[in-house]
Amino acid sequence: MITLIKRPTPSKGWSYATPIVAVLATMVAGGMLFAALGKNPVEAIRVIFWDPLFGANAAYFRSQLLVKAAPLILIASGLAVGFRAGIWNIGAEGQYIIGAICGAAVALSVYPAESAWLFPAMVIAGALGGWLWGMIPALLKTLFGTSEILVSLMLVYVAQNLLAYVAFGPLKNPQGYGFPGSRNLQQYPSAHNPELFAGTGAHWGVMAAIVAVIALYILMHRHIAGFRIRVAGEAPRAARFAGVVPARLVVFCLGLSGALAGLAGLFEVSGPSGQITDSFNAGYGFTAIIVAFLGRLHPLGILLAGLLMGLTYFGGDMAQLMLQLPAAAIQVFQGMLLFFLLGFDVLTNYRIRIGGARA
Amino acid sequence: MIGGIDIIVLIATLMAASTPVLLAATGELVAEKSGVLNLGVEGMMIMGAVGGFAVATATGSPVLGFLAGAVAGALLATLFAILTQIFLSNQVATGLALTLFGLGLSALIGKGYEGVRPPQTTKLDFGPLGDIPVLGPVLFGHDWVVYASLVLVGATWAVLKFTRAGLILRAVGENHDAAHALGYRVVAVRFAALAYGGALAGLGGAYLSLVRVPQWTEGMTAGAGWIALAIVVFASWKPERVLIGAYMFSGITALQLQLQAAGYAIPVHLLSMAPYLITIIVLVVLSALHRHGVAAAPAALGRSFHASN
Repeated sequence: MITLIKRPTPSKGWSYATPIVAVLATMVAGGMLFAALGKNPVEAIRVIFWDPLFGANAAYFRSQLLVKAAPLILIASGLAVGFRAGIWNIGAEGQYIIGAICGAAVALSVYPAESAWLFPAMVIAGALGGWLWGMIPALLKTLFGTSEILVSLMLVYVAQNLLAYVAFGPLKNPQGYGFPGSRNLQQYPSAHNPELFAGTGAHWGVMAAIVAVIALYILMHRHIAGFRIRVAGEAPRAARFAGVVPARLVVFCLGLSGALAGLAGLFEVSGPSGQITDSFNAGYGFTAIIVAFLGRLHPLGILLAGLLMGLTYFGGDMAQLMLQLPAAAIQVFQGMLLFFLLGFDVLTNYRIRIGGARA
Repeated sequence: MIGGIDIIVLIATLMAASTPVLLAATGELVAEKSGVLNLGVEGMMIMGAVGGFAVATATGSPVLGFLAGAVAGALLATLFAILTQIFLSNQVATGLALTLFGLGLSALIGKGYEGVRPPQTTKLDFGPLGDIPVLGPVLFGHDWVVYASLVLVGATWAVLKFTRAGLILRAVGENHDAAHALGYRVVAVRFAALAYGGALAGLGGAYLSLVRVPQWTEGMTAGAGWIALAIVVFASWKPERVLIGAYMFSGITALQLQLQAAGYAIPVHLLSMAPYLITIIVLVVLSALHRHGVAAAPAALGRSFHASN
């Protein structure tokens, strides 16, 4: 008989160990999945996790790692604050899209004027767009008590349709020979978010991600606001006695995560992607949820988790090219990772006792 | 015909169009009544869609396909149950994981089925009843799954409301500690409720891929699972109101599609937003109304149960 005995306090050791155990378990289970698809599991794992970092073209891939990881880290940093407080923004994908649309719209509306102020204006527009999109569930939650989970998610579908609409309509490239999609911002110097250091892949979004991680650390671990956020998540009643206003917290958390997701979208559309198209969003908003949990909602953890998830993104691309592994396999892999993480997490709060239950 | 829209056709499509969300929402209602919030409806639906499609095309039998869809949904729900009930994981996060996992796995399984046509699901023949003007096409022109799902929804309502099993399920959902103290097996009840909810979601998904569309495309549920979740809130956790919610939502979707077909000068993508926007508006109106009334949600909804607590 196996029983779970609640620990008096959560285990520190297990809380650090579970992400690692979860990653290892995912590799084993993922290997089995790849074997079931008729691929050599060891080779698949090597192609996804080892080759991009240490293989033949590692230098190129290492630079791509930052490009893929930056939006994930940026979005996850914002989400982590809300998740700590028990506020579930699962619509980051929508805020990401709206941020990109707003930022790109600013640039495209003044095209082809060149100005050093254009890019900063786009950044502000992107953050503002994401913030506004996050404010919708926040205000509905505070004014009417509507579930922020459902509203923020519904808004993803609204944003996706809006994206398709602007890609085929208002933001369509007038010189695009009728093809959908906007002008390419990479060919518009003032609006381009370039690689800052040659060969590293680091663009302004990467800088923003680093700043976000540091700011998250200060906010959550060195500032009274972070303490209040954590209390609100763990003991809402105690938090109210301590003077935390739940409504303000909701507005702050959804606004912050929305703004950061909007920023991520802006940096993506003006940099690596370059263009507003109807399929511009790549699911970063949803993968960032996995990143936030895998990183234990802790800044440093999110940084590492973001890099790991970024790795699976183009590791997955590699596996697609070299092993003809379907693109969706990597999505399954990411989903499994979250399962294992949530499952193993029981060890943080409970001890396992094998034998009779005498508790 | 009003403004280029055939009202009878619209109402007739309503019954069939509402079937997937009706099934999924009823299933989720049972799970939530037992006190578990499963946000993985979307994942279970799409697994049902691909599972049902695969089996139906392999065997040529839509009946087996629907069964497989239900089994696929129930399996995924069982995975959710193991994580949340045994490993006591956070229900919101696990539900999200279920959706992400289901979307990925279904895309993986469904790769070979794109562009394939499923075997046809037979329409029930009501004889002369189908020839009645207006009522004929609206009520008697559907396939057997539509009627079966209505029976299923009715049966679920009756079991929840009138039987001892329904009472125990609701007791577990309202106060799991009290139910445990009375000797009911909280975890077992929740496993059963979740599996049933998953089966219905899977069935709804299978209906999408086998009848509604009918073909397999990646991500074809397009938020239907989330709308099912919204319908449960809309219904204030009352099974009979789920029917109203599902019809209302599907009515908007059907109307929106007809407006697109009628060639109004509204951009297609803006019309496609309507169902989601209206779901939000309805949620807001309801939560505003409920604010001053009694809380309608099961009291233990979303809370983990461990006997030591």
